[in-house]
Amino acid sequence: MTQAPDVTRLLDVRDLRVEFRTRDGVAEAVGGVSYGVDAGRTLAVLGESGSGKSVTAQAVMGILDSPPAFVTGGQVLFRGRDLLTMSPRERRSVRGAAMAMIFQDALSALNPVLTVGAQLAEMYEVHRGMSRKDARARAVELMDRVRIPAAKARVNDYPHQFSGGMRQRIMIAMAIALEPELIIADEPTTALDVTVQAQVMDLLDELRREYAMGLILITHDLGVVADVADEIAVMYAGRIVETAPVRELYRRPAHPYTRGLLDSIPRVDHKGKELYAIKGLPPSLLTVPTGCPFHPRCPRAQDICRTERPPLYEVPDATDTVAPGRASACHFWKDELDA
Amino acid sequence: MPEQPAEPAEPVEPVLEVRDLAKHYPLTRGVLVKRRIGAVRAVDTVSFDLRRGETLGIVGESGCGKSTVARLLVNLERPTAGAIRYRGEDISGLSGRALSQVRRNIQMVFQDPYTSLNPRMTVGDIVGEPFEIHPEAAPKGDRRRRVQELLDVVGLNPEHINRYPHQFSGGQRQRIGIARGLALRPEIIVADEPVSALDVSVQAQVVNLMERLQDEFGLSYVFIAHDLSVVRHICDRVAVMYLGRFAETGTDTEIYEHPTHPYTQALLSAVPVPDPAARARRTRILLSGDVPSPAAPPSGCRFRTRCWKAQDRCALEVPRLAVPEDLRTARGPAAHASACHFAEERVAVAHR
Repeated sequence: MTQAPDVTRLLDVRDLRVEFRTRDGVAEAVGGVSYGVDAGRTLAVLGESGSGKSVTAQAVMGILDSPPAFVTGGQVLFRGRDLLTMSPRERRSVRGAAMAMIFQDALSALNPVLTVGAQLAEMYEVHRGMSRKDARARAVELMDRVRIPAAKARVNDYPHQFSGGMRQRIMIAMAIALEPELIIADEPTTALDVTVQAQVMDLLDELRREYAMGLILITHDLGVVADVADEIAVMYAGRIVETAPVRELYRRPAHPYTRGLLDSIPRVDHKGKELYAIKGLPPSLLTVPTGCPFHPRCPRAQDICRTERPPLYEVPDATDTVAPGRASACHFWKDELDA
Repeated sequence: MPEQPAEPAEPVEPVLEVRDLAKHYPLTRGVLVKRRIGAVRAVDTVSFDLRRGETLGIVGESGCGKSTVARLLVNLERPTAGAIRYRGEDISGLSGRALSQVRRNIQMVFQDPYTSLNPRMTVGDIVGEPFEIHPEAAPKGDRRRRVQELLDVVGLNPEHINRYPHQFSGGQRQRIGIARGLALRPEIIVADEPVSALDVSVQAQVVNLMERLQDEFGLSYVFIAHDLSVVRHICDRVAVMYLGRFAETGTDTEIYEHPTHPYTQALLSAVPVPDPAARARRTRILLSGDVPSPAAPPSGCRFRTRCWKAQDRCALEVPRLAVPEDLRTARGPAAHASACHFAEERVAVAHR
């Protein structure tokens, strides 16, 4: 485990709401999400497709496709300043230098007609006003830093000439170029082979520690989360259903959805019997069930779950003291914890 | 060089015997006059047996040739060399009626439930299409009922027979693909990454369905995937593939708990274990470099360019897929087929 330096919250998202206005109706993609991350820490946002985990991140970065997506409420505090009320110009300067994003698909995130060296150097030319020559030199340093072999020889290659893992390293290089305080990585290793995934995750983790950056890791992979996260926020149908420190979440989940996910994954470390399968399907965001959105699939559901939306209840830790950051949006979190 | 079958034969007779299977795609240059300048060796001398009722997993990373093996098994591709024997008969050279008779018994389930179903056909037409090709399997008046039965078997509502694929979720579409695969009551199903595109909660449903169907219909599976955890869960025996060849084969316990091939060890050590407490116990074997091109594979052992154990011998001599001599006397779970000159057991997963 890494030790967090004691600083104020780097990013604090409060009650963020995003809706998609589509022809078929209004979909509440993010329905009041709150999470935060400190400098030097890793927050994993865990969820399946359609849970709103990526949309939340895009809203934080200010890169939502609008229309159809609109931020309809909440705050995104970066070092205490609300990004949502800033002028576009102000926000761009924060986003450029202090926050960066890494995407799943490096090939479509990089410019195919520019060499990787030119794309990396551009960061220094535009943001730091460096000369072309100096910027080039920094680009090579950066490629070395993310351990691209023969960086000097490859600086003039185009993105398609690199393997998937190497392209992801180039994206990481672009993200750390201006030494941001926060990196949001959206499924950064999902498209990669397992050995390459391990290399890329290790690199990202090492850089986070070295630069004391905050890292928000958006993923569906419970294995990756167990490997690198400090805190976890589990999302379902546009809402957070559980937050917890990583060990607590895996040892004593306080929400039936979290437990269902943990029980439904096959394990490489031992051979299990039949997998637990959460019944049914995630809801469409156009018709989110009333009450608790998970109730149609929940083995614990009672009448109250159909009528009353559970708030995020504070959940104590094993020693029965209130644990910071531990919460569950389940009316029956106590039963779940004791199960 | 001919290779031994993956494992010594057990009393159960194999339904499928694959011997020295190879698929090379020619590389050509020139527009009008195409000259052959080489070949991509996608699959090179792969041998294995598939026994009745068992699940054989083939794992490997992208480009290792595992999907090509799948396509060869169901005759979507013709092998360059080698034999695929179904009940003793080589089916790799068959054509016409003889081929279509055999194909009835070997069906495929594809990875992508979004592109492998024709969007203009109803679910009933998709699942019933095999009956058009094999009319003897179901009399015409009986087909609709048979299709509805199949939908029921895979857990779909039989009343949805007239719906189109886009009206279903990914997991449901994969069930449609499985129903189509089952229509002709095959003995063997070749599944190429059948759950990779699905969300975790839906993946478990489909994995359980496949296991239930196997018991119900006595199916044999060739299960091809890159996800080592899924393969461990569903497979009885596992083959680890690297650059067109099998590196190691054995039972799931032999491969996952007693791997002897360096590639298997590296692969297993890289799998993230969903247990934060295992973080401290984990030691990753990080491989250097990328997988070489299958158009110019390394001489000798194909893994040697990334292997920390490689010596001169590895460049000169192709390691045979057999129980390594040093381990042969041990008779423990480490004594299984491994194509490495320096095979040696090493625990790679932080086990519970």
